[in-house]
Amino acid sequence: MSIVFAILFYLATLLFVVGLAHRIRIYIGTPAPLKIPTTPAPISTGGVVLRMTREVVFFESLFKANLWTWGLGWLFHASLALVTLRHLRYFTEPVWGWVAFIQPFGIYAGITMLLGLCGLWGRRLFVERIRYISTPSDHLMLLLLIAIAVSGLLMQFVVHTDVVAVKGFFRGLMHFSVQPLPTDALLLLHLLLVVALLAIFPISKLLHAPGVFFSPTRNQKDDPREKRHISSWAKQMESES
Amino acid sequence: MADVTAPPFRVIPIVPALKPGSMEGKGPYLANEKMQEALGYPGKLVDDWHDKAIAKMGELLGKFRSLQVYMDACVHCGACSDKCHYFIGTQDPKNMPVARQDLMRSVYRRYFTFAGKYFPKLVGARDLTREVLDEWYNYYHQCSECRRCSVFCPYGIDTAEITMAAREILATVGMGQKYSNEIIAKVHKIGNNLGLPEPALRDTLEGLEEDVKDDTGIDVRFPLDVKGAEVLLITPSADFFAEPHIDSLIGYAKVFHASGTSWTLSSMASEGANFGMFIGSYEQLRQVALRIRQAALELGVKRIVVGECGHAWRVAYSFWNTLSGVGSGADETDRFAQMLQKQLDHRYRQPTHICEFTLDLVERNAITLDREANDKHIITFHDSCNVARGSRMGDFAGGQFEIPRNLIKAAAHNFVEMDPNTTRERTYCCGGGGGLLTDDLMDLRVKGALPRMEALKQVVDDEQVNFLALICAICKTQFSKVAPAYGFDRKMVGGIHQLVSNAIRLGDK
Ligand code: SF4
Ligand code: SF4
Repeated sequence: MSIVFAILFYLATLLFVVGLAHRIRIYIGTPAPLKIPTTPAPISTGGVVLRMTREVVFFESLFKANLWTWGLGWLFHASLALVTLRHLRYFTEPVWGWVAFIQPFGIYAGITMLLGLCGLWGRRLFVERIRYISTPSDHLMLLLLIAIAVSGLLMQFVVHTDVVAVKGFFRGLMHFSVQPLPTDALLLLHLLLVVALLAIFPISKLLHAPGVFFSPTRNQKDDPREKRHISSWAKQMESES
Repeated sequence: MADVTAPPFRVIPIVPALKPGSMEGKGPYLANEKMQEALGYPGKLVDDWHDKAIAKMGELLGKFRSLQVYMDACVHCGACSDKCHYFIGTQDPKNMPVARQDLMRSVYRRYFTFAGKYFPKLVGARDLTREVLDEWYNYYHQCSECRRCSVFCPYGIDTAEITMAAREILATVGMGQKYSNEIIAKVHKIGNNLGLPEPALRDTLEGLEEDVKDDTGIDVRFPLDVKGAEVLLITPSADFFAEPHIDSLIGYAKVFHASGTSWTLSSMASEGANFGMFIGSYEQLRQVALRIRQAALELGVKRIVVGECGHAWRVAYSFWNTLSGVGSGADETDRFAQMLQKQLDHRYRQPTHICEFTLDLVERNAITLDREANDKHIITFHDSCNVARGSRMGDFAGGQFEIPRNLIKAAAHNFVEMDPNTTRERTYCCGGGGGLLTDDLMDLRVKGALPRMEALKQVVDDEQVNFLALICAICKTQFSKVAPAYGFDRKMVGGIHQLVSNAIRLGDK
């Protein structure tokens, strides 16, 4: 079983890294021929960094758009960030101080993450226009995350697993040696779901995570009068005419 | 065509219930063969449209980062779903921005992504069938490319970019739209959207000189093709004869006169509008813009000023430098842009919006405005979407909101704001932008105006507003036409420079 999971994790990580790098390469390689920042847009690079930070950390635009979606979405993402950071303790030895510090918060974040997810799913199910735009994969994605959260929380609060062994397994993976993994069903399910999440990341809407950084309406400086902005393919057009 | 009906004002503007299929239809008139061919597109739907469309889509995905990222990044969160004036006015769920994008995204998934190739049902991917193509034609002509949705999307996904790509693909397989293509063809041939040839233009301008003389007793000139003038004015051609646009043109002329600025119009580039943007064609956009570089070079002007038009200003402000070098900061090695940039006077912003130009004169006391002249007006201002969301004025972020307002306040005493949820970057489109200002789309235009009309109604009822100030030729035409459907007098619509024209003191400079 340990071998199977070791292979699964290597494969999933490979898919995740290679897939994501491939997408990002496409984004970088595609020119943005016109200046299209949505105004009011920052005039300086510092301003763009600030705008992007507000978008990524606080979901500024979503806040303007819809308070419910913002609240639930932000709760989910912030919790997810905490939970993920908390899991660093399974990969580091000795555990970094700040990781140890956030442990208790990370545990409760698991609960708030679940709440956020259920709220988002509720919206998808019960708000007419959101239901209209949802595809099966939108529902499945939420279900997958909910299942990950539930299985994780169950291990935390109900059926404990041997976390020392789990840590041993992952530390082993990092050094390319397969250590025994506890075989309780809940843990295996939890890990399986995480593998699935990693694998589908680069081919799903989870691409919004890298995508936001490449969105020209958000990452461009508003200076078209001061600086000529021209893409290579457009420049070529010019010398032809 | 369906009957034209104005939806009733909503008492509380909540999100409307969905009425699937309510705007299903054939879309606007197709461009005829001649029009299509004049722009280099096939005359009618080609036999291999399927492969051609997919190939074009692949090409655009490789050329426009916006399209590529926006096809991937949407999470169907629905934040944009209630932000479109066409959705609010028509209740057709396919007019929700995300649903409009998905018309193309579903095809993108099918042909360009792993998930869509192998699990189409799961991710909502569809083959490109003739029905899908027709659906595109219909619903991508129910988007005014106003970008309101992009303000609210957490990833800044701009439906306008997707609409433009869709229209470009449609045109490439032979399904261009009549109204926009006809206009572009006229610009190429004659120099303006209205097909007004040089002698007619000269006539019109002479007539205007007489009118202003009768009115004020002063010789205000409307010069055409004057070599060596300092300023080249580029304005929408509607300003030359349509009501109320013409009053703004008179306003610009008075401003130039009173400040002693030498200026000229150009018969070759007598048009500010650039419908190349509406059909999503970079090449058309560029060709139309190049006329302006050519005119500026031939006339030897030092400055380029743009009149009251929303998308024209967006193209001028955001794209002219890219497309034709009207602007500053080109590389030393940039031969084509340098031709013009060496000639322009870079102490001034290039190009300059007429509101920037006039307000600057007011602030420097180079002209005087008597605000009492507008005391009969209680004025509110409609931010045009392409100005508010696609461009800027002045040197600071948000200048496009402040400068027009400050100019109104400099020209008149009574100014009232509409509901802040409907102004500035949240402004609602007039309902006629993006190449939809055609009679065959009248029902859509009336319905799309609903949110703006509701906000207007509020200030008319509560504050006795009787003048809707605009800085866009499309807004002016659209509101003049649809406001009566909502019980307003069409005469309440006018330009900011109409107010300036009333208030300006004409010396004998
Ligand atoms: S760009 Fe404007 S018209 Fe088009 S979908 Fe967005 S809000 Fe609607
Ligand atoms: S707001 Fe953006 S991410 Fe959300 S549904 Fe609309 S386009 Fe998609």
